[in-house]
Amino acid sequence: MDIPSGSPTAGRASRAPGMARRFLRSGQVRLGVGLVLATTAFALLGPLLTPFDPLRSVSMAYAPPDAAHPLGTDNLGRDVLSRLMAGGIHLAWMAPAAAILGVGSGAAIGMIAAFRGGIVDAVLMRTMDVLLAFPGILFALLFVSIVGPQPWLLILITAIALMPGCARVIRGATLPFTASEFVLWGRAVGLAPRRILVGEILPNVTSPLMVEFGIRLMLAVGLLASLSFIGYGIQAPTPDWGLMVSENRSGLSIQPLAVVAPIIFIVLYTVGGNLIAEGAARVIGRTEGKVR
Amino acid sequence: MMRTATRTSEVATTDAGRRRRRRGRFLLLRLLQGVLTLLVVSILIFVATQLLPGDVARVILGDAATPERLAALRVQLGLDLPVHQQYLNWLGGVLRGDPGQSLVTGRPVLDMVGVRLVNSLTLAGVAMLVMLPLALLAGVSAARRRGKLLDRLFLGTSMIANATPEFVIGSVLVVLLGTTVWPILPPVALLPTGQSPLMHLPSIALPVLTLVIAGGAYLARLVRVSFIDVMSSEYIQMAKLKGLSERRIVYRHALPNALGAVIPAASLVAAITIGGIVVVEYLFAYPGIGSLLLESIRSRDLPVIQAVVLIIAASYFILNFLADTLAGGRDRRA
Repeated sequence: MDIPSGSPTAGRASRAPGMARRFLRSGQVRLGVGLVLATTAFALLGPLLTPFDPLRSVSMAYAPPDAAHPLGTDNLGRDVLSRLMAGGIHLAWMAPAAAILGVGSGAAIGMIAAFRGGIVDAVLMRTMDVLLAFPGILFALLFVSIVGPQPWLLILITAIALMPGCARVIRGATLPFTASEFVLWGRAVGLAPRRILVGEILPNVTSPLMVEFGIRLMLAVGLLASLSFIGYGIQAPTPDWGLMVSENRSGLSIQPLAVVAPIIFIVLYTVGGNLIAEGAARVIGRTEGKVR
Repeated sequence: MMRTATRTSEVATTDAGRRRRRRGRFLLLRLLQGVLTLLVVSILIFVATQLLPGDVARVILGDAATPERLAALRVQLGLDLPVHQQYLNWLGGVLRGDPGQSLVTGRPVLDMVGVRLVNSLTLAGVAMLVMLPLALLAGVSAARRRGKLLDRLFLGTSMIANATPEFVIGSVLVVLLGTTVWPILPPVALLPTGQSPLMHLPSIALPVLTLVIAGGAYLARLVRVSFIDVMSSEYIQMAKLKGLSERRIVYRHALPNALGAVIPAASLVAAITIGGIVVVEYLFAYPGIGSLLLESIRSRDLPVIQAVVLIIAASYFILNFLADTLAGGRDRRA
């Protein structure tokens, strides 16, 4: 642990941006960020550039690729390329939103639990245990069938599923700092707890936060796409990558592209998130002298 | 470790005793906490299913039912009682081993869930049996060639498999082995009713393979890291200096030690497998509790939904508890 000596505030001010630069020097992180940004750009710009109406049948069902439809058509004769371009937008905004919400609330809970200790710690972490006793997909199934597949609900459920794991990790990462020089200094000069948490502790847990964000983004994409796939996420006829896999399964032997194309994009997205997490974890491992 | 051994035996025994007591207390606390958690979960499940839209009595009798018949059926099913009374009745039934009757088929829930549960446990069990030796082999092979081509290849592929959701892994396998590229396995796991999935191994090959890849990638990476840790530990270095053969070091000393760290992780992977089973069963139309859950949610069959969700939550908890116990009562959560 390299806790800055001397004036504590001067030490941390230069720390956060330096960390970000170090992360981006790692090839793995750069590749991961690149994949996530490229997939997101495709998903956000795609709907504006679709060659055909993604909701209208343009040909017979499961037509093989030709010049007009380079990826062929789907189960209802709609252009697969157009649906692919239009079908990533939900994932592209909902997954990061859920990841930010889940990691944000999880990190806040973990930091507060570690900082306050005692009964607050016990209550918060045991609540997280209750949430962890439940596979995320079960939560989602129950609540989506009660409320209906609303985007805000899908984001909220995904965030709740991501939160407890993150809270544990960040609590563990915060604990060593709760007795460090600058936190004791902050308490001694009477800084508000909120300012100590945000100003002093947060910059020191940016590295585990980076790892967490990568992992949770990957999990969010997986959960949201899986929900679409089993019919509890984005609903037909809206184009959506997870839904496309399930819609076109029956035509796999004739027109596999209608399934393979959305799969490639889902994998690019989740692998991007995982690369960010792994690269960041390796950067941390290097600075702490553990190289694996 | 070495130091405790050189202490006087008296100190060592009291030390061990204290450690065992602390470990026992930790596990007891975890067990108590787990039972409480399951109780909270059961309340949540019950409230959630009560909130499901749709009138159960109307689902059973159909749209043509008269108001009198609907009211009579509600009384018969106990749906006119206050919610907490309904919950207590249900919980009492669950504890007596009678979670009620299906609203759709009229059969006891236990009968409906029983067969499906056995099917799901078979699927998960076969997957774990295949996964464990494979993950061990892959992890150790990669660790022993650390930094070489094989290791890099392993790290790359396992990273991708690790990041990929189960339904995508399953769909890719269907394209590769079920329908398009090299169709040698049935793409759907249809089982004749009343027959064990073990009698139809080709039918369950693809769902098993999906679970093996999804969980095995993670487990193999853990094996690799823990094996590297053990191999670089002091006493293995010592064994090397003593001139023991590489084989002997790996199989007699390193492997058993690496396993200590891997076995708790394996039960964690089993828990993840339980979570993934809903999607995998849907994908392959496999008649287990996951697909039963989806069917019963669709038909608003509340007693079945409640039973299945409780079973999944309970097995999730048991496997996590097992992981804690196998980890020797150390708190994995810290």
